[in-house]
Amino acid sequence: MTVLLAAVAAVLFACGTWLLMQRRLSRIIIGVGLLGHGANLLLVTAGGPGGRSPIISAGVADYSDPLPQALALTAIVITFGVTAFLLALGYRSWQLTGDDRVEDDIEDRMIERREADHAESDHHAELGSDLDPDPAETP
Amino acid sequence: MSTLVPLPVVIPILAAAISVVFGRWRLLQRVVSVVALTAVLGVSVALLIGADADGFIVHRSGGWSAPLGITLVVDRLAGLMLAVSALVLLSVMIYSIGQAGEERRRVAFHPLYLVLAAGVSASFVTADLFNLFVAFEMMLAASYVLITIGGRPDQVRSGMSYVVISLVASTLFITVLALLYASTGTVNMADLSVRLAELDSGVRAAFALALLVVFGIKAGLFPLFFWLPDSYPTAPGPVTAIFAGLLTKVGVYAIIRTQTLLFDVPDWMGTVLLVVAVLTMTIGVLGAIAQDDMKRILAFHIISQIGYMIFGLGLFTVAGLAGAVFYIVHHIIVKTALFLVAGLVDRRAGSSRLSEVGGLVRSAPVLALLFAVPALSLAGLPPFSGFLAKFALVDAGLDASSWYAVAASLAVGLLTLFSMTKIWSGVFWGEPEEQPIREPRGDDLLGGPSLMIAATAVLALASIAVSIFAGVLYDVAERAGDDLLTPARYVEAVLEVGR
Repeated sequence: MTVLLAAVAAVLFACGTWLLMQRRLSRIIIGVGLLGHGANLLLVTAGGPGGRSPIISAGVADYSDPLPQALALTAIVITFGVTAFLLALGYRSWQLTGDDRVEDDIEDRMIERREADHAESDHHAELGSDLDPDPAETP
Repeated sequence: MSTLVPLPVVIPILAAAISVVFGRWRLLQRVVSVVALTAVLGVSVALLIGADADGFIVHRSGGWSAPLGITLVVDRLAGLMLAVSALVLLSVMIYSIGQAGEERRRVAFHPLYLVLAAGVSASFVTADLFNLFVAFEMMLAASYVLITIGGRPDQVRSGMSYVVISLVASTLFITVLALLYASTGTVNMADLSVRLAELDSGVRAAFALALLVVFGIKAGLFPLFFWLPDSYPTAPGPVTAIFAGLLTKVGVYAIIRTQTLLFDVPDWMGTVLLVVAVLTMTIGVLGAIAQDDMKRILAFHIISQIGYMIFGLGLFTVAGLAGAVFYIVHHIIVKTALFLVAGLVDRRAGSSRLSEVGGLVRSAPVLALLFAVPALSLAGLPPFSGFLAKFALVDAGLDASSWYAVAASLAVGLLTLFSMTKIWSGVFWGEPEEQPIREPRGDDLLGGPSLMIAATAVLALASIAVSIFAGVLYDVAERAGDDLLTPARYVEAVLEVGR
C-alpha cells in the first residue's frame, strides 16, 4: 500500500513538474495543484501504514499517527487559498491582455536591445567616424 | 518573560483583524497599525534584552512540553532579528501613511501589511519546522497580494512568476518535511537535531542540501535568484522596501538556523556554502551594472549582499557567524532605507530610471543626503556600518584562510561602490536624457511629504547608530554566533527545562 501511494505521489510530481514548464498560467495552476497533492500524499504516507485505529479504543494497541494528517490538512488549506489567488491573478491577466501567458522580464529584453543598439552604433562609429560629424550618441 | 514571546505574532494578527473591521475608517486603520507595530517594537526590544541576559526564552503554548507541544524560542539571533525587523516594519508603515499611494486607495493594505509582519515575526520565533512553513506561508500569502495590489499589467506579469516560484519552493518544503517526518518522526527542531544525528550521513547530507535549496529560493541564492530583480521593483514603493529589507533575510535566517542547528556540519558543507556565496555576490553585482533603473540596480544588490551573509555562515566559525549576523542587521536597515529613497525619487522626479532623472542634488538636497548615507554604508566605506560589517567578515575569512572568498568579497565591494556612484551621477548629478512618462511632482527642497522623509531619515540614522554602537552590537552577534555553533544549548533549553 505504501509503495502504491509513493508511486502515485511520484506520478503526481512528474505531471505537476511538466505542467509547470508551460507558458500558460492556467496549466501552471493545475501543475501547482498536482504538485501540492503529491506533497500532501507524501505527508500522509510518512505517518506509517494505513488501516490502523484512528482513535484510542479498548483492546487496540496500534494507532495511526495523527500528526502528519494534521500537517497535511494545514498544507491543503494553504494550497487551496493560494491556488484561488493564482486563479484570480490569471483572470486579471486575461482581463488586461486577453491572455494568461506568463511573459518574460520586459526590462531584461530592453537592456538586451540597448546593448545591441550600442554595439551597432559603436560599429558604425568605427566604420565612418569622419562621415558623421555629430557625435550625438556617446554612451 | 516567556509570556512575551508569542506577542510579536499575536499583536499584528489581532490588529489585522481589527483593521479589517475598521476598513472604512482610514484614520482608525492607521492608528491600529502604528500602535500595533510600536507595541511589537517594544516587546521585541524587551525580548532581545531578555534573551541576551538568559540565552534562551522558551515559550510552550498551552503548557505542553516539547516535542509534543508547539514551542516558541527567542535566542540572541531571533531577538536581534525581531528587534530590527520591528523597527523597519514601523518605519515603512509610517512612510506609506505619508505617501499618497496604495495605502489610501486600498482598504486591504493595512491588514495585509500586519499579516506580513506577523509572518515575519513567527518565522523568527518558531522552534518547529512545520510552524516555520506556516509562518512562511503567512508572510508569502500577504506578499502575493501586496506585490500585485495595484492590479497593473506589469504587476500582474511579474506577480505571476513570483507567486509560482514561491509556491514551488513551498511545495518542496512540504516534501522535505514529509521525508524528514518519515525518517525521524518529529518536526520539532530541537528534537530533530537529536534524531537526525542517528541517521546515515548520506541521508543527512541530502536533507541539508534539500533545505538549503528550499530556503535558497526564498533568500535569492545563486542560482535560484532570477525571480527577485524581476518581481520586487514592480510593487508599490513601501512594499518593495519591506520586501527588499526583510523577506529575503527571513530566508537567510532560516538557512542559518537549520544548517547550524539540525546538522552536525560535514566538512564539505562549508565549501559548498562558500562557493555559492562567492557566485551569489559576483553574479548579483555584475547583474546590477547593466541596469538602468534605480530600483532594479538596488534589487540586484540584494542578491549580491545575500552572498556576504552566506559567506559568514560558510566559514562555520564564531567570528564568521557573528559577522553574518552583524551583516544582516546592517543590511536590513540600509537596504530598506535605500528603497525608501528610491520611492521618494520616483515620486519626485516621475521616474526611477537613471536616464530620465537628473540634478536632484540641487532641487532636492535632502533626498541626496538620505541616499548618500545608506549608499556609502552599502558600499562599505568607513566609518559607516557596512564597513564594519564587511571588516568583520573579511577578518573572519582571513582567520579561516578562505582566500578566494575574501578576495571576491573585496572585489564585489568595489563594484558595489561603482553601482552606487552610477546611481548618484545618474539621479543626483547631471541632466535627464529623456523625459519621464509621469510628471515630476513638487519643487520644495525637502523632496517629499515630511512623514516620508522622516521615516527614511529614521532608518538612515539607525544605520549610523549601528556603526556608533557597533561594539555592543558585535558582542551580541558574537554571543549569538557562539550559541549557533553549540546547538546542544538550544536543544537543552527546548527539551529539558519543562521536565
